[in-house]
Amino acid sequence: MSPDAAQERNASQGRSDDQERADDQGRGHDLGGRGYDTHRRLAPAPVLAVDPLLDDPKTRIVVCCGSGGVGKTTTAAALGLRAAERGRKVVVLTIDPARRLAQSMGIDSLDNVPRRVKGTEGDGELHAMMLDMKRTFDEVVEAHADSDRAAAILANPFYQSLSAGFAGTQEYMAMEKLGQLRARDEWDLIIVDTPPSRSALDFLDAPKRLGSFLDGRLIRLLTAPAKLGGRAGMKFLNVGMSMMTGTLGKLLGGQLLKDVQTFVAAMDTTFGGFRTRADATYKLLQAPGTAFLVVAAPERDALREAAYFVERLAAERMPLAGLVLNRVHGSGADRLSAERALAAAENLEESRIVDQGDGKAGLRNSPDTYGSSDSPDASSSGSSASPSSDPSEPSDSAAEPSVEEVTAGLLRLHAERMRLLSREQRTRDRFTALHPEVAVAEVAALPGDVHDLAGLRDIGDRLADDRRELPEATA
Amino acid sequence: MSRLQVVSGKGGTGKTTVAAALALALATEGKRTLLVEVEGRQGIAQLFETEALPYEERKIAVAPGGGEVYALAIDAELALLDYLQMFYKLGGAGRALKKLGAIDFATTIAPGVRDVLLTGKACEAVRRKDRAGRFVYDYVIMDAPPTGRITRFLNVNDEVAGLAKIGPIHNQAQAVMRVLKSSETAVHLVTLLEEMPVQETVDGIAELRAARLPVGRIVVNMVRPQVLDAADLELVRTVPRTALARSLSLAGLGGARRGGNAERLVDPLLEQAEEYAERYALEQEQRSVLGELGLPLHELPLLAEGMDLAGLYELATELRKQGMS
Repeated sequence: MSPDAAQERNASQGRSDDQERADDQGRGHDLGGRGYDTHRRLAPAPVLAVDPLLDDPKTRIVVCCGSGGVGKTTTAAALGLRAAERGRKVVVLTIDPARRLAQSMGIDSLDNVPRRVKGTEGDGELHAMMLDMKRTFDEVVEAHADSDRAAAILANPFYQSLSAGFAGTQEYMAMEKLGQLRARDEWDLIIVDTPPSRSALDFLDAPKRLGSFLDGRLIRLLTAPAKLGGRAGMKFLNVGMSMMTGTLGKLLGGQLLKDVQTFVAAMDTTFGGFRTRADATYKLLQAPGTAFLVVAAPERDALREAAYFVERLAAERMPLAGLVLNRVHGSGADRLSAERALAAAENLEESRIVDQGDGKAGLRNSPDTYGSSDSPDASSSGSSASPSSDPSEPSDSAAEPSVEEVTAGLLRLHAERMRLLSREQRTRDRFTALHPEVAVAEVAALPGDVHDLAGLRDIGDRLADDRRELPEATA
Repeated sequence: MSRLQVVSGKGGTGKTTVAAALALALATEGKRTLLVEVEGRQGIAQLFETEALPYEERKIAVAPGGGEVYALAIDAELALLDYLQMFYKLGGAGRALKKLGAIDFATTIAPGVRDVLLTGKACEAVRRKDRAGRFVYDYVIMDAPPTGRITRFLNVNDEVAGLAKIGPIHNQAQAVMRVLKSSETAVHLVTLLEEMPVQETVDGIAELRAARLPVGRIVVNMVRPQVLDAADLELVRTVPRTALARSLSLAGLGGARRGGNAERLVDPLLEQAEEYAERYALEQEQRSVLGELGLPLHELPLLAEGMDLAGLYELATELRKQGMS
């Protein structure tokens, strides 16, 4: 072992003692400030009890929101399956699921209609659907305009771009679909996934934005020449309006403006409907039967977005049930710190180098030297695991790894895991310090992706399992 | 080397980090780069640990060898007002338009106009020259929308050009499209060695190619170090638990007897090795999927201490070493 490594190791052991003391002092004290800098544990966040939430007949809508790439859709699907298998009649509305996840629920056809998912257990039912935003928009138009008018709108170039491409259409249509599903009253629980938006807030803002546009002053101005003619009281607007349309015409090109005007004129009768519907959906989200779940992973950006979301939901008086924290890592050997694991790995590797230099005698003696002198708890075992009686595999062939090398590898792997745990802990502590009141459900990380109902069921079990395995807690 | 480098990737893959590291890497040795953000998330400011970026090009970092990195958070609304002022001297009218909701309409609702404004501003920076006729920025690096929306975002100029058949937006869109579809531009995709991001990368490349947008490189981010190789894993599977316990004890971790400290480490360590083996196999699978795309592939390591400014320079050095800049 190099002197540096020995020093580092001793230092680290000293540090961990201090840390434990700091831990004890810190527990139950103030939550603010330096928590994540000193590795001191904050009081743990309250546990989000998933099953009572899913079982409660008063829970009618669960909205999963959060930034991209945190497993929002998977969480929504897993919650849906769990609720169904606990006896509820559930529909999961997904926005843009990964192909194999969609296949796992049998909804890879994009037909905008809920389909029963086969293979669920128990008395409940699981239905799932994938949102087709253009079709949903078309349906809204068809429902609110007579057939001639509807045809004119659907054929309008501006409408076609708007329904397929506008930055908020997906969000608006997701909320529209939610309203429709709720109105049908066929399911006792609706679980909604939110779109992977530019910002996590778009699905709250977009409906209002589109609603107020379609119902707003600009539209009135644009349609004014066609509708209002010389109506008294509106005349004064004409000057402003011609400047307006003139400028917009300059900017967008006259033909686009004409498309917009035609579209707006044709949509006229449905405008009121848009605003009303946007308002109704918004109110539905605030209603007592709705629960928001913010989904995140224990990573800095994802949790920052989550914190932002929590604040925003509170400001909008939307009912937050808690935070789902996906991909949390744990370790069954969390009492062995990264530093000690690395030092031990170095012990073993040192011995290997000595071995290669001096032959096997070196191997047999050196680990013992380090083992018993540096590590206090090795002394009791030193004799039984005496290296001289160790029938260790021949360890000097370069191609075949020795047991020592593999053990060192396992220890390095463990050190990597422990570093990951403490990084996750730091980011989580930061969130908890900001929002100590938010209940958290942790989902242990899986090595791979989910492809089938069994995988979703497994995630559901992990979600509902509220045992707390805190990485740095003393066992 | 293309002068407009667009960086996209699935959410959570670290595209902002990669874009920033690339801007640093391309700025080394006296070059000047501009890092632009288009989604209003202030990710660049957070990464460089500075206050929120205004709609203004400002220097945020110095690269090794005297290079400079500038940053700009493009705001569609301000870009539009800028544009009205520049071409129509409509500064005052801009405010009136805003009051009426027309600016909001143009930047958030009128399909594609927002995207034309954002990409248009980036292209303007690419083409901008100083009095001596030299390019102001050697490279412009765009932290772009995620893979799922990137083709639509870049190609939307086509859509607008189709919708607005005449007029300045139309012309602007055409001009921007010429830059974006030329060899002046390269679109890089950031991914992780996981199934969903890789699948999205594969789909994203197909979409970009179908739209004739120039695909650049693939950057695999947050690659975990290889701790155990196939031979190690094989041995882990076959080695007797008692031998591991003895070895741990030799390493100074306590007793190897049943119930001893070293012995009790064996199970959890083996469990972690099993998870590692599973992930290792999945990662190899995803690597070969990416390999089949026939694009230059770069790998950036997962930084053990998490992302910070020092880490960013480390990644920039790595990108240079791998010849991405």
